[in-house]
Amino acid sequence: MQWVNVKPGRRSAALMGAIPVAIVILTYLIASANRHAANPADKLLPTPGAMVDAMSALILHADPLSGRLLFWADTAASLQRLGLGLGISTAIALLVGLVMGLLPVVRASLAPLITIIAVIPPIALLPILFIVFGLGETAKVMLIIIGIAPFITRDIASHIGAIPAEQIVKAQTLGASSWQLALRVALPQAMPRLIHAVRLSIGPAWVFLISAEAIASDIGLGYRIFLVRRYLSMDIILPYVAWTALLAIAMDLALLWIGRKAFPWAQGERR
Amino acid sequence: MTGLLSLRNVWLEYGDKVILERVEFDVAEGEFVLIVGPSGAGKSSLLRIVLGQEQPTRGQILLDGNPMPRECGPDRGVVFQRYSVFPHLTVLQNVLVGLEYSRAPLLARLFGAKRKQALAEAREMLDAVGLADHANVYPAQMSGGMQQRLAIAQTLIMRPRIVLLDEPFGALDPGIRGDMHRLITRLWREHGLTILMVTHDIKEAFSLGTRVLTVDKRRHDPHAPHRFGSTAVYDLRLDRKKREAAEAEASAVSTAGKSEKL
Repeated sequence: MQWVNVKPGRRSAALMGAIPVAIVILTYLIASANRHAANPADKLLPTPGAMVDAMSALILHADPLSGRLLFWADTAASLQRLGLGLGISTAIALLVGLVMGLLPVVRASLAPLITIIAVIPPIALLPILFIVFGLGETAKVMLIIIGIAPFITRDIASHIGAIPAEQIVKAQTLGASSWQLALRVALPQAMPRLIHAVRLSIGPAWVFLISAEAIASDIGLGYRIFLVRRYLSMDIILPYVAWTALLAIAMDLALLWIGRKAFPWAQGERR
Repeated sequence: MTGLLSLRNVWLEYGDKVILERVEFDVAEGEFVLIVGPSGAGKSSLLRIVLGQEQPTRGQILLDGNPMPRECGPDRGVVFQRYSVFPHLTVLQNVLVGLEYSRAPLLARLFGAKRKQALAEAREMLDAVGLADHANVYPAQMSGGMQQRLAIAQTLIMRPRIVLLDEPFGALDPGIRGDMHRLITRLWREHGLTILMVTHDIKEAFSLGTRVLTVDKRRHDPHAPHRFGSTAVYDLRLDRKKREAAEAEASAVSTAGKSEKL
């Protein structure tokens, strides 16, 4: 049988996906146990027990200085920034992308500017953002927006631009105005693509968030990771990293689920 | 005979390339005109000009005696070979959407009694093309023939002055194509349509139309193949009455009366 024709079933696919993850975890556990056998005070590869101890202090016990449960306060702060950044980016990108994709005049006038913004490394703009917006929340949210909104905008614009001319002509022969075309032809067909683009943007959005928090912040997941780095606290860094990964996966799956439920017509056949 | 649609000395040029030259013909109400010609002769360009999707470089097009607007509008319906239906709407919504455009300018959605009324019209139209049982599926779940039925229903619900068909059955199996020929002939008769249809299948042209226009180059310069454009070289009016009279004898008297008018 040809390799391209070998397809795993549902259960074996899940099993096959779990094996590499299990190997990575197992390798870590063995390496950690080995290091602790040689040096019980090792900080580089903390044991699971050490991680639980360190984390429970942050999760369950209020910080004596601020009186907050730091882990939850960090999570809430980061998610708020991320949510604001993603939400505002999505709204801008949908609006601008839709109009650009549909109206050749707008595309001609906006495409170069958006391309220029998209190719600037957003982190390089961070100092400017801090200078302009101060060290507060605005600069961090703005970094996420500048980082991902141009990408989503271009994606939506090119997707709408790729709607067959036949459809646009057909809608006009059915009496649609430009406004109605945007509302009933372009917008619904942009939505599944939008969800897809936002899913792809979650990764970069986290990068910009952690960067901004690392440089100037007093709370947040990225802030905490960079703070405890000074004490070589791998027992906090590793669980925090795992937690960000978990949050990202949860967002991704939620968007995937929404896309499937809301736009059944867009679920093409997969090989 | 005053034409519903008149083309007066229509030219289409892309730079030096002449695609169409001196195209002149009239289409009267109730005609079923088939446009045939070799591939690349400009059949589809001609249809796009009538549709308003493309502008002639010279000449004039009159619809009901008035110069045609320079863009597509609801007075001209169209069915393309592909991509004629909206993938994100169900079959029923695809037919409904035209009524919503015209009756709800702001939201393009109807509510309450107006929606009920429009839905009834849409269902009736679906019934006429034989899709009544598939109202709630998406186009991607249907065969090519059913998608074209839907495209026809979607077009006809707007009651356009003239229906333009661009090789609508070109991608279908021969058996399905036969069904579609019967369908479009029946709709043409029942709704009193005026149809302009492009095809590359000469047999299809002569079996469907009341008139066949052949689009081809009159002159050809082998050293400059784009120097001369195509025009309507033959304009054949087919005597469909004889055949229909025979059919009508077998069927009801009322049908015979209708076909006499044609």
